[in-house]
Amino acid sequence: MGKATFRGGIHMYDGKDLSKDKKTVALRPKGDVVYPLSQHIGAPAKPIVEVGDKVLGGQRIAEATGFVSANVISAVSGTVKAIEKRLTVSGALCDSIVIENDGEFTKIEGYGEKRDYTKLSKEEIRQYVKDAGIVGMGGAGFPTHVKLTPKNDDAIDYVIVNGAECEPYLTSDYRMMLEETERLVGGLKIILQLFDKAKGIILIEDNKPDAIEKISALVKEEPRITVKVAKTKYPQGAERQIINVATGRKINSSMLPADAGCVVNNVDTVISVYMAVAESTPLVRRIITVTGDAVANPQNFSVCTGTSYLELIEAAGGFTTEPEKVISGGPMMGMALFDLDIPVTKTSSALLAFAKDEAVTLPTSPCIRCGRCVSVCPSRLVPQRMMEYAESFDNEGFVGLDGMECYECGTCTYVCPAGRRLTQAFKQTRRSILDERRKK
Amino acid sequence: MKNKLNVSASPHIRSKETTATIMRDVMIALAPAALFGVFQFGFRAFMILLLSVTSCVLSEYLYKKLMKIPTDGYECSAMVTGLLLGMNLSANVPYWIPVLGGVFAIVVVKMLFGGLGQNFMNPALAARCFLLISAGRAMTDFAVERVDAGNTWKMIQSGAAGLDGLSSATPLAAIKAGESASLYDMFFGFTGGTIGETSAFLLLLGGLYLILCRVISIRIPAAYILSFVVFMGLFGGHGFDAEYLAMQVCGGGLMLGAFFMATDYVTSPITPSGKIVFGIFLGVLTGIFRVLGGSAEGVSYAIITGNILVPLIEKVTMPRSFGKGGKANV
Repeated sequence: MGKATFRGGIHMYDGKDLSKDKKTVALRPKGDVVYPLSQHIGAPAKPIVEVGDKVLGGQRIAEATGFVSANVISAVSGTVKAIEKRLTVSGALCDSIVIENDGEFTKIEGYGEKRDYTKLSKEEIRQYVKDAGIVGMGGAGFPTHVKLTPKNDDAIDYVIVNGAECEPYLTSDYRMMLEETERLVGGLKIILQLFDKAKGIILIEDNKPDAIEKISALVKEEPRITVKVAKTKYPQGAERQIINVATGRKINSSMLPADAGCVVNNVDTVISVYMAVAESTPLVRRIITVTGDAVANPQNFSVCTGTSYLELIEAAGGFTTEPEKVISGGPMMGMALFDLDIPVTKTSSALLAFAKDEAVTLPTSPCIRCGRCVSVCPSRLVPQRMMEYAESFDNEGFVGLDGMECYECGTCTYVCPAGRRLTQAFKQTRRSILDERRKK
Repeated sequence: MKNKLNVSASPHIRSKETTATIMRDVMIALAPAALFGVFQFGFRAFMILLLSVTSCVLSEYLYKKLMKIPTDGYECSAMVTGLLLGMNLSANVPYWIPVLGGVFAIVVVKMLFGGLGQNFMNPALAARCFLLISAGRAMTDFAVERVDAGNTWKMIQSGAAGLDGLSSATPLAAIKAGESASLYDMFFGFTGGTIGETSAFLLLLGGLYLILCRVISIRIPAAYILSFVVFMGLFGGHGFDAEYLAMQVCGGGLMLGAFFMATDYVTSPITPSGKIVFGIFLGVLTGIFRVLGGSAEGVSYAIITGNILVPLIEKVTMPRSFGKGGKANV
């Protein structure tokens, strides 16, 4: 059988060798921990503690406001030091709860207690997921309890676990698939309990043969779960692509995965679901890859949310040279940072430090219409034309070319031989169009 | 370390390929056929290639200086234009022809329309057609024996079996006039013609190199050659006679045109299906020109006519974006 894949996309140097063979190291924060109230898509959470309050590990410190929102839970015990604006990954200031870590890591009562999830009702499972503050940990941060609550449970045919990890340099999902395989499969079984008619698919790229082998061996006896191997290609892990690869179905920007009968969750999210439901452990942990050619010891860390990036760099042996660029997330879609005193959030997947910044130093020359952007675009757009509209601020023309179907994966910009900043222009244009629509 | 980090929008990594590396690959792919032309037609051919490349590069540089356009970050595209123009000229043309052609290609066809990426016609071909119209006699003089190194060539040639026709214009013209030609010679290039078009074999090799390096897609050359073969089979007057069709494919500028000129990024459609439409259009048009036209050739005119239709072809072949049209479950 041929390996599943999709049209478009690219292969690039993946840099995963830097960190993929090292065991994940657990890291406890030393200094203060910071919890932004908006680590997810939807309404920001509302603080339920006050400055001076004592909190314990696993204690809820901010509550979801509305359905599409998520709780925030403290990973450490200590005292609430401040509730103030702090810098986040996007470069914006966000209301955050700062906790002075007492270093004891005292947990709330019942933390880590085992539960037999097979005896739980659907409502109980959803409540546990919601209480645990779980959001999509692949990057978007969409609240998981919302994803797991579609209009009609029986309309869900597939529960897909996104183990593609197509971003270069990232190995955290890979390490989890190897190190926490039981939790991963357990998490998928819990989600399948919600959808009686659904089949579980764990999709993994073929550059992770040992993960494929280990998971396949574990799900051999599970009639509802299959492992699907896909050809390694970026952006396979994008939601629209992975649904297409796993099931052959297609969705566009105006549809949700549930419209195609699918629920998609990334590896870390599924593991968090398991921990929340079967081990009474809310989302206070994040697996993060710290890597790049400027990092002394590239590796994965299992860290408490709220830990400062500075502590991660220190734990990885510091910088070997002064980095030109530091990125939160993968090199294709991550955010460049100008300050490292930023907390790990639920959606932080990686911290990369590069000695040379190839993107900024690349000169831009005129488009030669080579068509590489067209042939690699996973959304089958014509970036070359979209760029003409974007550069002349013609939002209508941009929308006419289905520009809003672009999800800013960066593939066109990666391949452009003229070094044109296509994705950047599309981001700006898309923001301005969304702003216009909101005003109306 | 604060304020020392670069901040930019994603993606933060780039492919190593640049416009200059692409142009370099095209020149590598053209090199075997060009060298063969020099070997075949002698020093004069070399001079013509040199003059044509120099003329293109220099006129671009001077134009940019004159117009105060920055000249840094040189991307070698004028070299490719010059090389293609030279390869499209007979070794017998007077030396002012490549010089004038280079100036016309770069200044009139390329720079006046906005420079790299903005020209709507292939500069080298437009210059060739301009020269064909304004200096027709000199341009179609393909006789080989006047060439300096012709004697060397004749010696090599007499080693191969049963060669003739070198003193006649081109094999295509010979076929058109009802004479015969050797397919073997036409395939390997032991015939008359312009400097770069004679060896179908070496051009094919260069074309394959570009396809394997993913510099060009196979869509345009494949659609072009296939549709041309079908057209000639139907309307060429010889039916689907394999030898006749193979000669038509190897003869004239078809190989050079299909792999190196029709695939010019700037003047061919950017959409995947548009490339196929474009290729078929060129194949049919070349066939019409060869069958009905006054000259034995038709590739240059077919391609520049096709160039003009590119915006239209793109407009009707815009791909449907992912997941649009149709239901979620299909």
